[in-house]
Amino acid sequence: MREFLRRQRYLIDYSLSALARRPGKHLALLLVYTLVVFLLASVMLFTQSLRREAALVLAQSPEIILQRQMAGRHDLMPTEYLDRIGRIRGVSAKYGRLWGYFYDPAARANYTLMVPPPGSPEYREPAPGEIVIGAGIARTRGLDVGDYLSLRSARGEPFAFRVAALLPHSTELVSTDLMLLGAGDFRRFFAFPPDRFTDIVLQVRNPREVRKVAEKLSLALPDTRPILREEILRTYDAVFGWRQGLVFVLMGGMVLAFVIFAWDRAAGLSFDERREIGILKSIGWETADVLRMKFWEGAILSLTAFFLGYLLAYAHVFYLAAALFEPVLKGWAVLYPDFRPIPFVDGLQIATLFFFTVFPYTVATIVPIWRAAVTDPDAVMR
Amino acid sequence: MIELRDVKKVFNQGRGNELWAVRGVTLDLEPRQVTVFKGPSGSGKTTLLSMIGALSRPTSGRISLDGTLLSNLPERFMTQVRRSTFGFVFQRFNLIRGLTVLENVMLPAYPLAPDYGDLRHRAHALLTQFGMEAKASDKVEWLSGGEAQRAAICRALINGPRILIADEPTANLDSARSRELVGLLGELQDLGKTVLVASHDPLVFESARVSRVVELRDGLLAEDA
Ligand SMILES: Nc1ncnc2c1ncn2[C@@H]1O[C@H](COP(=O)(O)OP(=O)(O)O)[C@@H](O)[C@H]1O
Ligand SMILES: [Mg+2]
Repeated sequence: MREFLRRQRYLIDYSLSALARRPGKHLALLLVYTLVVFLLASVMLFTQSLRREAALVLAQSPEIILQRQMAGRHDLMPTEYLDRIGRIRGVSAKYGRLWGYFYDPAARANYTLMVPPPGSPEYREPAPGEIVIGAGIARTRGLDVGDYLSLRSARGEPFAFRVAALLPHSTELVSTDLMLLGAGDFRRFFAFPPDRFTDIVLQVRNPREVRKVAEKLSLALPDTRPILREEILRTYDAVFGWRQGLVFVLMGGMVLAFVIFAWDRAAGLSFDERREIGILKSIGWETADVLRMKFWEGAILSLTAFFLGYLLAYAHVFYLAAALFEPVLKGWAVLYPDFRPIPFVDGLQIATLFFFTVFPYTVATIVPIWRAAVTDPDAVMR
Repeated sequence: MIELRDVKKVFNQGRGNELWAVRGVTLDLEPRQVTVFKGPSGSGKTTLLSMIGALSRPTSGRISLDGTLLSNLPERFMTQVRRSTFGFVFQRFNLIRGLTVLENVMLPAYPLAPDYGDLRHRAHALLTQFGMEAKASDKVEWLSGGEAQRAAICRALINGPRILIADEPTANLDSARSRELVGLLGELQDLGKTVLVASHDPLVFESARVSRVVELRDGLLAEDA
């Protein structure tokens, strides 16, 4: 055992000096390798953060949203429908919501205006003339608590709202463009019909009753359409799902293997390296010793690249807010959220990434080395 | 005692460029002597030495070392025999560039994993013995031809082999260095080593330190040709 460890130390020693003796080639390889790990890890960490964030937000959203349909389109919901629903078994709460979109030419951005629903756990309805805004709006309009936000309504009338509070940072991904205001202000600002809601939401305690409730709603109010939270969740999962993540990593791994394999092939084992292997064999190294030494060489290189790439990706996603993905993210909300995901480390994710980056590289490099290592050592005598 | 019995070696067998480099050599080599294989270029000296040194296998015939048959050992055992019994010195020195003289000398011992302190000590002792101590931490590419060949001899001796094989060791040396080298080979004999040299350099095979000259011609012993 001691001898085994000592032999590995000798081989590692030699590998390190071999890496140092060809700095150009190995630095270039390390760079490419690190870059690929960095990109893959960034995407993995980022999509997983998005999923976690979205799941957190959705966990608080209502089980059923009821929309009125008119000619196949979303239409305003008559307030009396709330009464017509009547009592349905399993429904613990129901209320009408008021919300809509507003384009602010000054910020060249769309805001989501919303009246916090009664009994909402997170938001209280602002007093008349007051609003609560998301961080994106505050940033683009340079607003703080106590400032006034003046907007010109769709009909051209000027309004000024006092900022009573800012929405918490933690939900910024979805709340960045949100503006909360009172029901009276909302109806006046949009000239919203007094006998209408935007839609109706229903809370159902028991998840198994949701479908039953939805069926009853469709029967009672044939011109409405229930949207279930589980459907939304499923849509989210289709976008960020683990399955898709896995496919992505698989593809990324293939790309990586290909890139490095091609690169290594193109560079290949140089004449010098082949000669070196021949010399080692002629002075008494076994084929297995040469392979072990080269294995260490590859392991040192790929582990370094892996840890560098992963650490860089970690810093990129969690400390630089995934700055490289900003263009992609911009389509997410109109005001680009200052999205700072909560750092986390996922063992399975690291293992997956490790397997799909280090493994193909090792296989790709060991083949040409093996071919050089099994040739007869007498070639060096010529 | 090394015994060769009807040893043959063919390259590219069955193809158009088939070539019998060694065509049937039977020979006994005494231990603790300096034996020189002489003959024109292409006569099969290198091929024969690489078979004796377990770097390659004969196509047919048998080679045995102190009664043990070498010629059909599996690769692993061939390497073990080669590592423990033979040391090699090559025409082109075959030192690994970028490493120091000391590292090059220690290299054959790495797979045996000896104690590092011991190994260094042994390497330094050899370098001192061959007048190379001052160059121990120089990179090998800075050495002159004579120095490189002496470094190569130190490397060949690090695992304490009984037999030293040198293929055209003077080919890249001037006459003075060549004479010096033959002297070194003679010293090795005094230390109890068996020395096998391939050379077509008269400075080598006419030297007084040589115990025996075996002449090769077209892959056969000259006396049989
Ligand atoms: N690997 C090889 N493949 C084909 N031919 C070879 C190979 N090695 C040596 N030969 C040929 O075998 C013959 C003997 O070569 P060699 O043993 O090197 O002779 P010497 O060392 O006496 O100059 C030469 O004709 C050489 O071209
Ligand atoms: Mg030769």
